[in-house]
Amino acid sequence: MREVAIVGVGMTRFGELWESPLRNMFTEAALTAIDDAGVDHIDSMYVGAMSSGLFVHQEHIASLLADYLGVAGIPSTRVESACASGGLAVRQAVIEVGAGVSDIVLAGGVEKMTDGVDAIDALATAADQEYEAFHGITFPGLYAFIANAHMHRYGTTREQLADVAVKNHDHGSLNPKAQFPFKITREAVMNSTMVAWPLRLLDCSPVTDGAAAVIVTSMDVAEKLGRPIVKVLASGHATDGLALHSRTDPTTIPAVGRAAEIAFKQAGLTPEKIELAEVHDCFTIAELVVTEELGFVERGRSGEAVSSGETRLGGRIPVNTSGGLKAKGHPVGASGVAQIIEVVEQLRGSAGDRQVEGARIGLTQNMGGSGASCVVHILEGVS
Amino acid sequence: MITPRYTREIPQRYHLEAGKCTECNFIAFPPRLICPECGSREFEQISLSPSGKIVTYTVVCVAAEEFSTETPLPIAIIETDEGARLTAQVVDCDPEEVEIGKRVRLIFRCIQKEGLAGIRQYGYKAVLEG
Amino acid sequence: MTGIVGYGAYLPRYRIKIEEIASQWGKDPTTIKNGLLVHEKTVPGMDEDTITISVQAAKYAVQRARIDPQEIGAVYIGSESHPYVVKPSGTVLIDALGIGPDVHVADYEFACKAGTEAVFVAYSHVKSGVMRYAMGIGADTSQGAPGDALEFTASAGGSAFIIGSEKVVLEIEATYSYTSDTADFWRREGRVYPEHGGRFTGEPAYFRHVLGAGREIMERAGLEAKDFDYAVFHMPNGKFPMKAGRTLGFEKEQIEPGWVVPWMGNTYSGSSPTGLVAILDVARPGERILLVSFGSGAGSDAFVFKVTEEIEAVRDLAPSFKSLLEENKIYLNYGEYAKFRGKILMNT
Repeated sequence: MREVAIVGVGMTRFGELWESPLRNMFTEAALTAIDDAGVDHIDSMYVGAMSSGLFVHQEHIASLLADYLGVAGIPSTRVESACASGGLAVRQAVIEVGAGVSDIVLAGGVEKMTDGVDAIDALATAADQEYEAFHGITFPGLYAFIANAHMHRYGTTREQLADVAVKNHDHGSLNPKAQFPFKITREAVMNSTMVAWPLRLLDCSPVTDGAAAVIVTSMDVAEKLGRPIVKVLASGHATDGLALHSRTDPTTIPAVGRAAEIAFKQAGLTPEKIELAEVHDCFTIAELVVTEELGFVERGRSGEAVSSGETRLGGRIPVNTSGGLKAKGHPVGASGVAQIIEVVEQLRGSAGDRQVEGARIGLTQNMGGSGASCVVHILEGVS
Repeated sequence: MITPRYTREIPQRYHLEAGKCTECNFIAFPPRLICPECGSREFEQISLSPSGKIVTYTVVCVAAEEFSTETPLPIAIIETDEGARLTAQVVDCDPEEVEIGKRVRLIFRCIQKEGLAGIRQYGYKAVLEG
Repeated sequence: MTGIVGYGAYLPRYRIKIEEIASQWGKDPTTIKNGLLVHEKTVPGMDEDTITISVQAAKYAVQRARIDPQEIGAVYIGSESHPYVVKPSGTVLIDALGIGPDVHVADYEFACKAGTEAVFVAYSHVKSGVMRYAMGIGADTSQGAPGDALEFTASAGGSAFIIGSEKVVLEIEATYSYTSDTADFWRREGRVYPEHGGRFTGEPAYFRHVLGAGREIMERAGLEAKDFDYAVFHMPNGKFPMKAGRTLGFEKEQIEPGWVVPWMGNTYSGSSPTGLVAILDVARPGERILLVSFGSGAGSDAFVFKVTEEIEAVRDLAPSFKSLLEENKIYLNYGEYAKFRGKILMNT
């Protein structure tokens, strides 16, 4: 497979975007990415969206969005893997360019979640409808299953969970695109409304509108554009049983470990070589388990690592410098693409106040459901 | 309308019908066509034992609309005595009593009501033993 | 010999005390408790209804009967709170128990005697040799309008009985029904709570039918009150069954073992059937039991049972009535009770 680069990025602000319909959000992000890359056309496009059908009652959005982007006629494909839809859209673009089928591909993600639909119910479709959601379990509930098991097994504390949210809000306060660009305290997290024992409101990522897009090209094209080049070193993808109860150990999310293993092997790297990571902190416990699965910390030690500052800006391995899903916001289909954008900005050295000095290699990890799908990318700044 | 899909799931919801792989004894609940462990396509039909233990749990406080009057709602992953796992509500108890490792018995209850006009959907829930 | 080969009762864990209901409506609890002779009543969980109560009672009955449920040829559930007006309760039950499709199913309704009606017909099928086993169930999540006298007693529970001719636990020696058109209590289509005729529910309704049925069955069977060890009558409150029993010549000691209303309330179709199950906690081989139900509208079914040696073999195969009544109770306040019973106006 030939080498592939990311040469342009664009995203909307994340938040409750009452004025913006889905089509405009996506188009705004895509046009920004196209302008950023300086390309005069795209050969094809991928759209990651979890559930436009449920959220805005609109399917067939790949064609809709190609039309509104002014490129009707080119191949446009929607990709769905619940909250990993965005990461997977990027992966499909990487594969298409890598395979030589196209030279310039747009990979975007979008979700419009605030148009009045019961988001709990819509998101629960990412769980097993007949054997999980039917019984009343919600997404916070599924991650609470993981949290209680992790706390029971490893002694992970309620305070450590809160520290994930505190850290990500600290990072998010430096990100003008974030839905919640402000700091919060450990006490605020621990006194917030209980959602599903032991997870409280401030352990949960919010309901968000937003879109994000990147331009994926061959190295030949990238070099001609004269823009900063970020090379895609690896793209790992793995799946697992949809129902959390079907997996052997609820303190783990094996699809993350598998996707990471594939990616590290492709890149010829080990976890120690990663200088920053954007991971899927849909809930505080998710970030903890994911940092274990990615090999950044030992199993069972992730709580300790966050509380001691190992994973914050300036720490050993900064995680979610963008504010993560928690503070930046989580428009589900767009989140995986926005993770790529944060790492690209960091590797370009253009992350402003939240810049990880001299960062050269970064990782993104995006997952769907309670971990039944996971996409891991490893990127390298070339310039 | 949920009637067709509800009707299809009755064997599992009402009496825990599962498939047991004749090659490796893997228990598929609900039944599957191919064993995820060994690839065999031969299953023996069994009914899971209605007793087991709590693997992990939560108490849902913010629920989807259908369950919004039932919070706080304890829900657990339960491992039956055969080693099969399923997700079920834990009812008739103080949520504080639910703990990892506790033994439960599966009973027959109404799970969803589809409003005042729709069908009532029944199935398994758990109660703490002892 | 034909009779009951397996039986089981089920009561929800939730309770509400009469004081709690009385204080809600500004009434004096002592007067009410003395008037009704009821202390507390069972309340169904939000996920319980006549069907789930029937299923649990039926499972216990199958456990005691020690039979393959597939051999049950008919299942009848008697209730005045079937969850559906159109669509049977019994179909859910047969699939839950793994009975059928080779089975006859019907739901019965005759106010509070729908349960004994179900047992009556089940018995006839087996007695006539049409089928080997048949099941009759009386269960209710009884309705009583907020603030109405019925609210103090209307409770939830039920009992299931499997009729057969082998390994009989309770031989049915005689049956009799006494019926007339008497509108003492009713609920029209589409109405949530029943209406009743106040004091008209007493002498012209309950007592006329219960006493009529009791006297006639004893006369036909050539038995007197002293020939019985126990008697159970429909229990709309604590007083009526005691008064009816005394009028028929029974002593308090014969009535008390099945007089379950003070701590259970009135489980409507499940009332006298559950009283019978309570008696079976203590009954010994050779003892005789009179059961007289009452259903508004109105009618009474009466049975004479004789306990066999089998009782000792089956009694402990499922929970005793005493354990269901006394263990693991969860008390509700009126607000929780109103939520549980759907008495709070919701926009859904």
